[in-house]
Amino acid sequence: MFPSAFEYYAPKTLDEVYGLLAQYGDEAKILAGGQSLLPMMKLRLAAPSVLIDIGSLGQLSSATETAEGLSMGALMRHKTIETSHWPHYPLLRETAPWIADPLVRNRGTIGGSLAHADPAADWGAALLALGASVQIESRDRIRHMALEEFFVDLYTTALEPQEVLTRIVIPVPATAATFARYLKLERKVGDFAVVGVAITVSLAIDGTVAQAGIGMAAMSGVPFAAHQTESLLVGRQLTPALIKEVSESASQEGDPESDRRGSAEYKRSMARVFVERGLSQILQQWESTQSA
Amino acid sequence: MAIEATETRPLGKAIKRKEDPRLVRGQGRYLDDIVLPGMLYMALARSPYAHARIKEIRLDQAYQVPGVKAILTGADLEKMNLSWMPTLAGDRQMVLATGKVLFQYQEVAAVVAESRAAAEDAVQLIEIDYEPLAPVVDPYAALKADAPLLREDRDQKDNHIFHWEVGDRKATDDALASSPVVVKEFIRMPRVHPAPVEPCGCIADYQKATGKLTWYVTSQAPHAHRTVLALVSGLPEHMIHVISPDIGGGFGNKVPVYPGYVCSVVMSLQLGRPVKWVETRTENIATTNFARDYHMTAEIGATQEGIVTALKVATIADHGAFDAAADPSKFPAGLFSIVTGSYDFPVAFAEVDGVYTNKAPGGVAYRCSFRVTEASYLIERVMNTLALKLNLDPAEIRRRNFIRSEQFPYQSPLGWTYDSGNYDATLNEALKLVDYEQLRKQQAERRAGGELVGIGISTFTEIVGAGPSNTFDILGIKMFDSCEIRIHPTGKAIARLGTRHQGQGHETTFAQVIADELGMTAADVLIEEGDTDTAPYGLGTYASRSTPTAGGAAALAARRIRQKAIQIAAHLLEVSPDDVEWNGEKFAAKGLESRAVGMSEVALAAYTNLPEGMEPGLEATYYYDPPNLTFPNGAYVAMVAIDRGTGEVKVERFVAVDDCGTVINPMVVDGQVHGGLTEGFGIAFMQEIAYDEDGNNLAPNFMEYLVPTAVEAPHWETGRTVTPSPHHPIGAKGVGESPNVGSPAAFVNAVVDALSPYGVTNVEIPLFPWKVWNVLKELGLTQ
Repeated sequence: MFPSAFEYYAPKTLDEVYGLLAQYGDEAKILAGGQSLLPMMKLRLAAPSVLIDIGSLGQLSSATETAEGLSMGALMRHKTIETSHWPHYPLLRETAPWIADPLVRNRGTIGGSLAHADPAADWGAALLALGASVQIESRDRIRHMALEEFFVDLYTTALEPQEVLTRIVIPVPATAATFARYLKLERKVGDFAVVGVAITVSLAIDGTVAQAGIGMAAMSGVPFAAHQTESLLVGRQLTPALIKEVSESASQEGDPESDRRGSAEYKRSMARVFVERGLSQILQQWESTQSA
Repeated sequence: MAIEATETRPLGKAIKRKEDPRLVRGQGRYLDDIVLPGMLYMALARSPYAHARIKEIRLDQAYQVPGVKAILTGADLEKMNLSWMPTLAGDRQMVLATGKVLFQYQEVAAVVAESRAAAEDAVQLIEIDYEPLAPVVDPYAALKADAPLLREDRDQKDNHIFHWEVGDRKATDDALASSPVVVKEFIRMPRVHPAPVEPCGCIADYQKATGKLTWYVTSQAPHAHRTVLALVSGLPEHMIHVISPDIGGGFGNKVPVYPGYVCSVVMSLQLGRPVKWVETRTENIATTNFARDYHMTAEIGATQEGIVTALKVATIADHGAFDAAADPSKFPAGLFSIVTGSYDFPVAFAEVDGVYTNKAPGGVAYRCSFRVTEASYLIERVMNTLALKLNLDPAEIRRRNFIRSEQFPYQSPLGWTYDSGNYDATLNEALKLVDYEQLRKQQAERRAGGELVGIGISTFTEIVGAGPSNTFDILGIKMFDSCEIRIHPTGKAIARLGTRHQGQGHETTFAQVIADELGMTAADVLIEEGDTDTAPYGLGTYASRSTPTAGGAAALAARRIRQKAIQIAAHLLEVSPDDVEWNGEKFAAKGLESRAVGMSEVALAAYTNLPEGMEPGLEATYYYDPPNLTFPNGAYVAMVAIDRGTGEVKVERFVAVDDCGTVINPMVVDGQVHGGLTEGFGIAFMQEIAYDEDGNNLAPNFMEYLVPTAVEAPHWETGRTVTPSPHHPIGAKGVGESPNVGSPAAFVNAVVDALSPYGVTNVEIPLFPWKVWNVLKELGLTQ
């Protein structure tokens, strides 16, 4: 639990960050909330010789909501998201309380979580369900990328060594009647997901599904969106029969591994159960808003 | 409601814990809080292999790290005849490996440096060439004739450590053969770890000028550790001062002596500077004493009416690389012979075979009085199987077989004399609290609706308070305990005991015992433990022994004080000592109730106004050798519901009724019970120190070794019956470990009950959701 020696920088501007990245290249690691990186350093699984603490870049810790969508700074802490109120994006508030424990949520950031690219992390699944994209900046350019392309492999993203993940952008949902659930099987509080399923559904006035997003954690080497299953929902009336059909479909997506948390078969089954439970809850919620 | 410590007649009252204001404000002083001038820091290099021959160790690079003062290897220790040390179980254990390593994370070299970081850096730069050998992970494989030999240092050339048996084999076999009903179950209690929040550690501070070694250590048994250290190191015992500061949980993990302790002492002796060693979490979980790893087969014979006729038990005990159990010397399988439990078996036989494997050494008694959890889990589980076989309610099978209250003192077929109990009363209280009939009704209704709901019962008997000197010793030292009380002139007192609490509340409960005997308040009595220069000799705190042993000593030392005090009181009251009566609070002149003096007047007189010829002062010491162990018991009832979708088990109700004899402080007892139940819950549902086939530890940190938090823990409902111990000075029995001993079977019996309509009689712990789901899948019960 004692990290190797490292140099520590706390730049005040993105320009300074770029300068340090240029100077130290691979030896440097960007520190956001530190809730994954620091434990890895303490276990000496990671030993960067330079830490660039971007915590002082204030412009990255706030969100802007427009008619087009929600733009969140990469340094927004899980706790801030948990306690923010964005009625168009209920999945954010559904997901945030499931992340680790209150101590981690107080320090950990949404951008740090995405850049770490743990396949079992909760934000990956939720933001993929929301169809989010990321903004990536370097000294020379700003680029935008679908989150799906950002996740390349286990703990691997599309970030180049000179780049910084700066914002996460979520498009506004198709209708105001948007419902969401995050279902997570964890072995105890604070655990990574055995299986996590994020669901967001926007319903048209007549109850047909206008838009659906289903993201999955720990069901593959990267978090992914279950597009096939999403497409089964769109344009159809949400009914118990449809829910059964799509939950079967969901269990076939992804490529889970057998490990100490359960067999691949078990995890597929959990995906099915969670999609069914999540959508059933959403249906119930919608029906209660209709009768009210 | 908690009561202030200034309350008079404190025994049996929920006095607020005197230690809490310090501990809950972060003002405790734990081992790692201590920083001494000139202190150095030690870190250990450990083996990545479970079984490998050490070819070469190169230290030159490690010595290049700035701040490194010394590096110790097994070869250095060999020259001092210290490369091996004795274990408390009579085996020996490598301090730093020589020849070969026998488990992953085994200690190979020790680095001492000016900072912990420098020591860790140097550890990384130690180059060790290993030749990997075939590892033996499975205890049954270890017993095969062609298994690789693990312990080349022994004369015996196989992996078998010991065979231990008790009872009448032939009579048991005969009884089983003639019993109309026999049930047999294989019950595995997997390897778990006590996992105290504070890991183990020490500071060895040897002063060359004085020749005195001060040893701060996370020790549940500081006096015993001083003696062991004297024997191992050759230092004179009076020149070793052991200080056990506040301890952040022990649970048996802080009873043994660990290699890091020995290395830090050696280094301090060599360097003449204080050397601190504190484990990381992984070092604690992966190398210090584990618990359980018992593989048990039990057969119960019974009549058609469910009256038990015989019990036969065979067990394989996996001890890892060294038998480092901390059992009393004559008990290689601890007090496993309590396995007949709360039931009147006419005949029984139990045998245990110890086995070496390439796993971390142990196993310690984790919050249980030496293998009692294993025994209780076994009997409570197999009695459940018997109930299923005979289609009897699990409460009924127990009632039919309980040792009846008029049978006490009860001679068990495996050699114990149970002191007291009223098992029917305890069970009835639990069934009443949980409203058993109603619960069964609810279960039937919910079952009809397709739910998987189960109710489990465990009615266990503990055996605690080791122990009487005719039976119990550790390395020859008898297992008495002690208390010394000094009453100051102003009527306040300090009492020191040979035990060392780690959260049990001794600073409060022992103050209550003493205060109650002397007409004082708990606030007036300061309890000190853990300093061998000041406290009288005792064997320490584990195995729920403190109250049965040191608690007895405290009461009897107080009574010794009273004997002298009555003389002084007579002098003050100007009557004959024969005419003085102790009324529970004061010394009163017989027949003259208004003429009375309390302990404060007597104390002042003991220093200022003594009867002619009396020795001044008011002090007493008592070394208490208990005549017998105490046998607390309990009845636990759990109700669970299984999620058919995920395999998760939700504990919906849990009622724990404990009988620990006289209750000193009901709040402290409840706290102990809540903690132990939560640990039992972890054992049943979340925890296993598992190894892969190469002997790699798969749960060496809190990400994989799961410790339940308040979020996971069910809501505990507690109750009590009180059957005092007839031989203990205040009738008290130990209680700290009962909930850990008794609860795992209640949880598992409940899960089995939920699945028993489908033919299930046994499920193997830990009941991870996926494991339960696999069972459901097999039965076609998944959602």
